[in-house]
Parts: sequence; C-alpha cells; structure tokens
Amino acid sequence: MAFTETFTDGNALAGPLREIFALEMTSADGRCVTCGRTGPVADLRVYGHENGPGLVARCPGCEEIVLRLVVTPERVWLDLRGLVSLAVIR
Amino acid sequence: MSRLAWRVAYLREVRDETPSARTLVLDVPGWPGHLPGQHVDVRLTAPDGYSAQRSYSIASAADGDAADGEAAGGDTVELTVQRVPDGEVSSYLAGPYAVGDPVELRGPVGGWFVWRPADLAPVLLIAGGSGVVPLMSMIRARAAAGSRMPFRLVYSARTPEDVLYAEELKRRALSDRGLDVSYVYTRRAPDGHGRPAGRLTAVDLAEWGWPPEFEPAVFVCGPTGFVEAAADLLVDAGHDPRRIKTERFGPTGG
Ligand SMILES: Cc1cc2nc3c(=O)[nH]c(=O)nc-3n(C[C@H](O)[C@H](O)[C@H](O)COP(=O)(O)OP(=O)(O)OC[C@H]3O[C@@H](n4cnc5c(N)ncnc54)[C@H](O)[C@@H]3O)c2cc1C
Ligand SMILES: [Zn+2]
Repeated sequence: MAFTETFTDGNALAGPLREIFALEMTSADGRCVTCGRTGPVADLRVYGHENGPGLVARCPGCEEIVLRLVVTPERVWLDLRGLVSLAVIR
Repeated sequence: MSRLAWRVAYLREVRDETPSARTLVLDVPGWPGHLPGQHVDVRLTAPDGYSAQRSYSIASAADGDAADGEAAGGDTVELTVQRVPDGEVSSYLAGPYAVGDPVELRGPVGGWFVWRPADLAPVLLIAGGSGVVPLMSMIRARAAAGSRMPFRLVYSARTPEDVLYAEELKRRALSDRGLDVSYVYTRRAPDGHGRPAGRLTAVDLAEWGWPPEFEPAVFVCGPTGFVEAAADLLVDAGHDPRRIKTERFGPTGG
C-alpha cells in the first residue's frame, strides 16, 4: 500500500503543462501506446516533483511510462514516448 | 490563453480551521478568477536559491466570494493547508508564514476536476481529509450562483476535530437548499453519530450518495489511497467510470 500511495495524478501536471502549452492539457484525452487505453491526462499516475528530478506519468491501465517532464531554469524537457495521440479541447 | 507565469501573492489574513489546518486568504494582484476545483502551484524559495513547490486547491468560490459570504475583493484567493508531519511546504504555510509575507503562485490551473454551474447533473462529492478543499469551492460556488442542483457531500475525516469548515458546513446544510452533508469518521466518531468509526464503505455510499441510475457527476478528492478505494467502491456500485472525476493529493493530505 505504501508504494501505491506515493503518486498523485495528472491534475498535478496542470501547472507545468500550462507553462508550455497555451491550452489546458489535463482535460485532453490521450491514447496509450502500450495498452491502447484512452483517457484524460488528469487520470495518469504521476510520480515525483517538477523541481526535483522531474515528473513521470504512467498509464493507470498498464503502468507503462506515458510522459516525462523535467524543468530546469533554462528549459522544459517533455518526453511523450507513451502517447499515440492527444485530443485537446479548444 | 497565453502561457502562464508565476506571480507574487501576499498573505492578507489567516483562519485556523482545526489545530493542524489553516486557511490562507491571499491578495493576488491581477487574479484572473477561477473555476471551482482548480488549484494553484505555490513556490517557496530560500535565500540560497533552493526552492520547493506544491499544489494547493482553491477553497473560495469562483467569484472571489470569501467564506461565509463575506464579500472579498476579486483579487483574493483562499487556500486551506493541512500541516503534515515533517511536511516541508505545509508546515511553513500553516506555520510561520505570516500576514504581509509574499509567496510565489502559479494559477489557476486544471480544467478537468472542475464543476461548472451550467452542468446539468446532480453532484456527488466525496472527500477524504483535506480533499474537501476543492469540493468546498464547488459548494460555495453553487450557493454564489444560486444553483439548485442537488449536491451531496460525503466527508471522511479522522475525528470530529479534523473536520475543515465544520461551522460553515453545518450552516450550509441547513440553509443551502438541496445540499446534503454526511460524515464518515475513520478513527473516532462523536457521541450519538450512529455510525461507528471506520473507513468509507459501500454501505455509506449507498446510503448517502446518489444511485448510479441518477447518473451523477462524481468528484472524489483526498489522499491517493482514499481516492483509489472510493473510486473502486463507486465503480463496483455501478457508477460509470467516465462520470467519476478524481484528484489525488499524494500520500499525505488527510
Ligand atoms: C492537485 C493537488 C491539490 C492539492 N491541494 C491541497 C490542499 O488544498 N490542501 C492541502 O493541505 N494539500 C493539498 N495537496 C497536497 C500538497 O500539494 C502537499 O503534497 C502537502 O501539503 C504536503 O507537502 P509538504 O511539502 O508539506 O510535505 P512533504 O515534505 O512533501 O512530505 C511530508 C511527508 O509526507 C511524505 N510524502 C509526501 N509526499 C510524498 C511522496 N510523493 N512520496 C512519498 N512520500 C511522500 C514524506 O515521506 C514526508 O515524510 C494537493 C496536492 C495536489 C497534487
Ligand atoms: Zn497503458
């Protein structure tokens, strides 16, 4: 149980993603590369802190990494390896 | 919309909600307004440059209305911070952080865990500990908008002394027509509560929630373990997972 409680969720990505994107991204529906699950970014399991080693978001269906985000004073580094597509509400 | 920048807020006023939780009334010059359920990110920076950042839900109603209907300026935001043991940020914000002190803030952010007064579904709010904060914003926004949408709050707290907004919830349960408030105490219930202390169960949700056939919009918020357990109970009871919105505060928070 201790392990499963150490994550937050994609809602916590709202701030960091709004520094990069003009649109609100946590409501966007993403499709997982590994298992095909579709759901809002808000539902991802998020580990870590933005100003620590970075954030890792995993699929709640298969636990594979969907995206990673690292923020340094110079740049925001975003790795979207686990997403087939992302449907953003305008 | 444009990219979001950090801004400086100043502490205007504090309200102690419980011995370990405090509401911060912040002046945020140029605050654009928010939707109930949204949060802000707060950043603390030490003189040596070290910084720590955490998310805190907005407690106040969307229109800048402060607690208890007290009119506050449109540039005011209320957060409620629960102190967690050895908590780096919470023990500062709900501790030595004093009136007049600045803090860096980014927001409002989030667009998914949000209730809009125009939404046409009865609402079920399920709170674990400080997870009640964004749900309180929804309850306040409902009243501020004059909405008659039926709302039910099922609030799980450790003991009666841990209940946030206790007085206001008691008052609103009487005055806000269509709002029901029920409590689940996990460690110690008050005398005469009827329900013995213990974790949230399917029976609690059947008794105090909405049946799945009502197709309610469900918002579950609190510590991660609580949210996972409550969401499982709801799905087992027949609620459509697509209508269950969750927000996890992490291992702590209540
Ligand atoms: C979207 C969102 C909204 C939130 N809204 C509120 C709110 O309205 N009110 C509120 O009080 N809190 C809220 N929280 C929680 C808040 O962001 C902090 O997590 C909380 O205040 C604890 O931070 P801290 O720096 O005090 O504790 P920390 O110093 O981070 O941790 C304190 C203790 O908890 C444990 N711990 C904390 N996080 C982790 C982790 N990720 N993994 C393992 N152990 C951990 C540590 O072991 C440590 O002993 C929200 C969180 C999110 C994601
Ligand atoms: Zn997956």
